[in-house]
Amino acid sequence: MLTETINKLKILAGAAKYDVSCASSGSNRPNTGKGLGNAAPWGICHSFTEDGRCISLLKLMLTNYCIYDCAYCANRKSNDIRRTTFTVIEVVELTIAFYRRNYIEGLFLSSGVIVNPDYTMERMVQVAKDLRIKHNYHGYIHLKSIPGASDELQQKAGLYADRLSVNIEIATEPNLKMLAPDKNYMSIMNPMTTIKNKIIENKEDRRKFRSAPRFSPAGQSTQLIVGATPDSDKQILSLAGNLYTNQNLKRVYYSGFIPVNSYDKRLPALAEPPLRRENRLYQADWLFRFYHFSIEEIVNDNHPDLDLEIDPKLSYALRNPWLFPIDINKASYETLLRVPGIGVKSAKLIVVSRQYNKLTTENLKKIGVVLKRAKYFITCNELKMPTVNEISPEYVRKALLSDNVQAKNNNKSKLYKQLSLFP
Amino acid sequence: MNLFIYDQSFEGLLSAIHDALETGIVPDKIVSTRLYQDDLFATKFDIATDLEKSEKLWDMVRIKSSKQNCERIYTAFLSELPEIELVIYNYIKLIINMPYNTEADFSNDYVIKINAIYRKVSREAQRILMFVRFQKTVDDIFYASHDPQYNVLPLAVKHFKNRFADQKWVIFDTRRRFGYYYDLHDVREITISNKKISFETGKIDNDIMHVSEKLFQNLWQNYYNAINIRERKNLKVHMQFLPKRFWKYLPEKDLIKNRQIENSIVTVE
Repeated sequence: MLTETINKLKILAGAAKYDVSCASSGSNRPNTGKGLGNAAPWGICHSFTEDGRCISLLKLMLTNYCIYDCAYCANRKSNDIRRTTFTVIEVVELTIAFYRRNYIEGLFLSSGVIVNPDYTMERMVQVAKDLRIKHNYHGYIHLKSIPGASDELQQKAGLYADRLSVNIEIATEPNLKMLAPDKNYMSIMNPMTTIKNKIIENKEDRRKFRSAPRFSPAGQSTQLIVGATPDSDKQILSLAGNLYTNQNLKRVYYSGFIPVNSYDKRLPALAEPPLRRENRLYQADWLFRFYHFSIEEIVNDNHPDLDLEIDPKLSYALRNPWLFPIDINKASYETLLRVPGIGVKSAKLIVVSRQYNKLTTENLKKIGVVLKRAKYFITCNELKMPTVNEISPEYVRKALLSDNVQAKNNNKSKLYKQLSLFP
Repeated sequence: MNLFIYDQSFEGLLSAIHDALETGIVPDKIVSTRLYQDDLFATKFDIATDLEKSEKLWDMVRIKSSKQNCERIYTAFLSELPEIELVIYNYIKLIINMPYNTEADFSNDYVIKINAIYRKVSREAQRILMFVRFQKTVDDIFYASHDPQYNVLPLAVKHFKNRFADQKWVIFDTRRRFGYYYDLHDVREITISNKKISFETGKIDNDIMHVSEKLFQNLWQNYYNAINIRERKNLKVHMQFLPKRFWKYLPEKDLIKNRQIENSIVTVE
């Protein structure tokens, strides 16, 4: 059993690694009756891999056999790779053993499609059911919903899992058709809508009957691959904005395309994954979710793609210099959030602190505002400094970019100096 | 120079602050008996811990500000930083002397200071929840070593008691040499005297290790390596999130612990 399990784990964790989602947050599942585990609403990371990503969940595929042939996927049926399948018991035991040792926050189970969607989904649901019922386990479970599985199975999955997800992967339908001929938008959007409706329905039920079982309490999420198709950032972010507003999604993940099937000529040849672009998309996503920006303000027909050199908030400020400077001691919370260099935390601190005293730049610095960036966009209780309007957006851009380069060089020289101490 | 000496308990510190505020004597230094070194030129005040005084002061702080603020002060105290007593003294004095609740005034340096320390300590406490790794013993006890920078183990106990309600566990602070044991009913403080546990590696001896333990550590190491995406290698971020001082007790780092990673860091960028 031993070497076999290790080999299976290597293959099926390796197959699951391209799924970005590892969040364990959003669910508050208490440990009742001396069972095992609970879900912490804020989520906990337990380790970090050398790629800098967090490990919160045991991310596995039930199997990497698949009847589909999607161009961007390492597990596509035409690839000649080692294939294997976990039994339900194996996954359950691994999860429990890892969880008891505090290695993980829970399980994220996805799967290639074998036989048919229902057959696959049924076994995934069985894993979740065994964990919850046989092992009295209250930790986090994230199940990937298999497109095409029956409503009944989706329903069951939602009762045992904390979060469900359906991956869209490609942002526009024609490109999806081209890369994943077996899939179409309907087959993805339908389960998403079903899950959404069930979540809403369940919230209603729980309002009436507090004991009604919860359905996917941490909501649902999805993933979009970035850079495998010529879709613009505007197309990607508009879809994401749509999903947040209309499908009530908790998270949209962006995954920089890693060319796993370089032989497939439908895919672009990339020297390295577009990590910078991925990062900018996350920043834009944050602006939409936490900074009261609309998608239209971040990307529009005049600026369909995000600026790779500077972050989307700075880019917005430089495109709209007439909105600045804003007065730190008077501006509303929402306006403060629009200033480059002021984040959610510092905006909140500014709002509470200015009730006591008028704030100066010295105060702002201590609160955590990045003055290097913010100084061009604010006035406070001091002599006026030249703002973005007096010295032009172009100049500000140059100044901030050269600052970045300098900071990087400083870091580098520090590292080399440290090294020379240990010849 | 006024030197206040207290018994290193939180109540002791509150008693000292109570006395200072009541008498109007401004302390230049407040130091615990543990760290006290004789100082010829100081005017010394030996403070007896007085639960009545400390409670009175603590109530006053809570009424003047909030329960969360009390939590903030206590958490900052656990930092054991050398100047923490004066920081707390100044902060409590501010809270008590102001006519309104001043805990959210981030234009005040004392408020900034206590919050900065509070954040650091909370983060260290959070890291216990993240990085504790249990090893199963033959007696079905799950044991973990931990070496936190601040004295934050007491803050983490409740989390583990709730989460692992159906397994016996021990978490041991190897720096301060005390730990907690949960026996399926209650948690109590313990010390460990036997030689079956190495505080160096955090590991328990093979002869008290459960037969399955090595296998699961091995599976975890394999999982850790398999889930990494090589094309996205980013050691800078890796080290930022998982500072090296935590590696010594992490089984997933066993394989590379001896390999020098510093060399590869420079080649990143």
